[in-house]
This record gives sequence, C-alpha cells and structure tokens, in this order.
Amino acid sequence: MPKNAKPVVFLMADDDPDDRLLIREAFQESLLSNSIYFVEDGVELMDYLRHQAGFSNPAEAPTPDLILLDLNMPRKDGREALAEIKSDPQLRYIPVVVLTTSKAEEDIMRSYDIGAASYITKPVTFDGLVEAIRGLGQYWVQIVRLPGKESAKAK
Amino acid sequence: MTTQNPSITILIADDDLDDRAWIEQAYIESGVDNQLSFVQDGNELLQYLHRQGRFTAPGAAPRPDLILLDLNMPGMDGRQALTQLKSEPDIRRIPVVVLTISTDEQDIRHTYDHGGAGFIIKPETFDGMVEVVKVLNQYWFETVELASGQLVRKFRHHKPH
Repeated sequence: MPKNAKPVVFLMADDDPDDRLLIREAFQESLLSNSIYFVEDGVELMDYLRHQAGFSNPAEAPTPDLILLDLNMPRKDGREALAEIKSDPQLRYIPVVVLTTSKAEEDIMRSYDIGAASYITKPVTFDGLVEAIRGLGQYWVQIVRLPGKESAKAK
Repeated sequence: MTTQNPSITILIADDDLDDRAWIEQAYIESGVDNQLSFVQDGNELLQYLHRQGRFTAPGAAPRPDLILLDLNMPGMDGRQALTQLKSEPDIRRIPVVVLTISTDEQDIRHTYDHGGAGFIIKPETFDGMVEVVKVLNQYWFETVELASGQLVRKFRHHKPH
C-alpha cells in the first residue's frame, strides 16, 4: 500500500473552541501519529499559510498537507479563504476539506465549485466525529499520495 | 452519514483493458453495489459527461458521483482531461481521483494544482486494490457529502444536452 513517507500535517481552521477541542480529541482517538495545528479564522489561516504574522517559524507552523476548513468564521469566513487558497499558485495544491455544521445544499455545491476537495458535515456525536476523522485518515493518509514538500518547493 | 446506495455511479477512465477488469473485480470482491461506467480516454470521458458521441441515448451516461482517472491514456490524457473538466461549471463539482501507475512527483503536484481530490498509485496486488476500493467507498459515500443531491438533479432537468 502506498503510504506518505512522512507524518501528514493537518491544519484546522475553526473559530469554536469547543469544536477545536473535540477535533483534537477525535484525532487522538483515531490518528495518533499525525499532527494537527489550529487557527481560529480565515485571516489567521492565510497568515499561517503565508508564514506571516505569528506564523513565520516553520517549526511551530509547518506547512500543512491538508486543510480542514470550517465555513462560518468571523473576519474572513471559510468560503473566502477557500477561494483565496485556490487562486494562489503557491497554495492551491493543498487539498482543502470543508468540515462544517452546515448541511445546506448551496454550501455543498459552492464549496465544490470553488475547489474544495471534499465536504464533510460535522457529526453531532463524538463517536460520529471519531468515525469521520478515521474515514478522513484512512483516505488521505493511508490510500492517497499527497505532494512531497521538498520537491513541491523545488519545482 | 449516508448508507451505501446502489444508485451510486462511478465513472472510470482507463485505457488498459486488464486494469479495467481488475478494478471491476475489486468492486465485486469488496461487496459494494455501485454502478461502474468505463471510458477509455479523456475524449470519451468528456463525451460521457456532455452526453455526446455514443452517450446520447437516455440513460447511457448517468451522472457519476465520483470519477477515477488514469493519467496515461492515448489521445487526450488524464492531465488534460482533469484540467478541462475542472474548468466547466457543474461538471467541476464531481470529485476526480487519479488512479495511476505514475509515482512522478510532478504528476502528483499537477493533479492537486488542477483540482484533483486525491492521487492514488495503483496497488500491485489484487488485495491492495480491494482495500483501495473499500476506503474509496467508505470515504466518498459514507463520510463525505457530495454535490449530487436533489438540487443538482433538479437543475439537470432544465438543462438541454
């Protein structure tokens, strides 16, 4: 089975501290070896990805292999951040998975329209969330090959 | 979370007959009841999605929920086909997962740069292929929400092909 040579770095953008905590715990339940980093809104997300503001140290803010994105956040919401990432030639290769409470068909279609790699509705129970994170990990970590960082930079 | 749905259609673009048979067998082995449609290159893939050529008859080209795309095909290859279909409204909402023997870092980067929703290197063993099929189904049809709900289907009735 092809595996990614290095641990996969996840970056989650979510303004709700309870949700961030639940996601962290769900990761511990299902993907121990992988690392997850957090930002709280779209402005922070873009700063993180561009190594700006408080995110200039790559040891503390490594470039993510996959972004988990909430849609409804203050300052810059997930839709705007997604559009910005997908129109930036330096960032567009990073897959973005929308992870939100919204089940609105309009949000689903619009997210795919602007380049989301997938759209996951946050399950209401913790067990459901663990299950969803496990599904996410099985696909993106175990089956799929993500771009290698060094060569992606070199090319 | 949705349950396994027999009306799920997966469109597979691969020019290699052996690989097509192998993928089909893996779906049978994994016990999932999906409808598989096959096309043999990028041109046929676009014809299928536009319901042209041999796909004009009603029911000949059900809208796929997921596209599995080989990269190296004669005529229009997978790289060109991906770029093309991700530039089309509506069609671009269908997730495209590359399934290839290529391990070229440039192919991986190109796939993600152009809107691919995964890059999978074809496993060397049949068991490996069955595992890939199981995870694909678990992820795309039980974890993820696709943009192929009612609203899209409703729009399609108003759109002449």
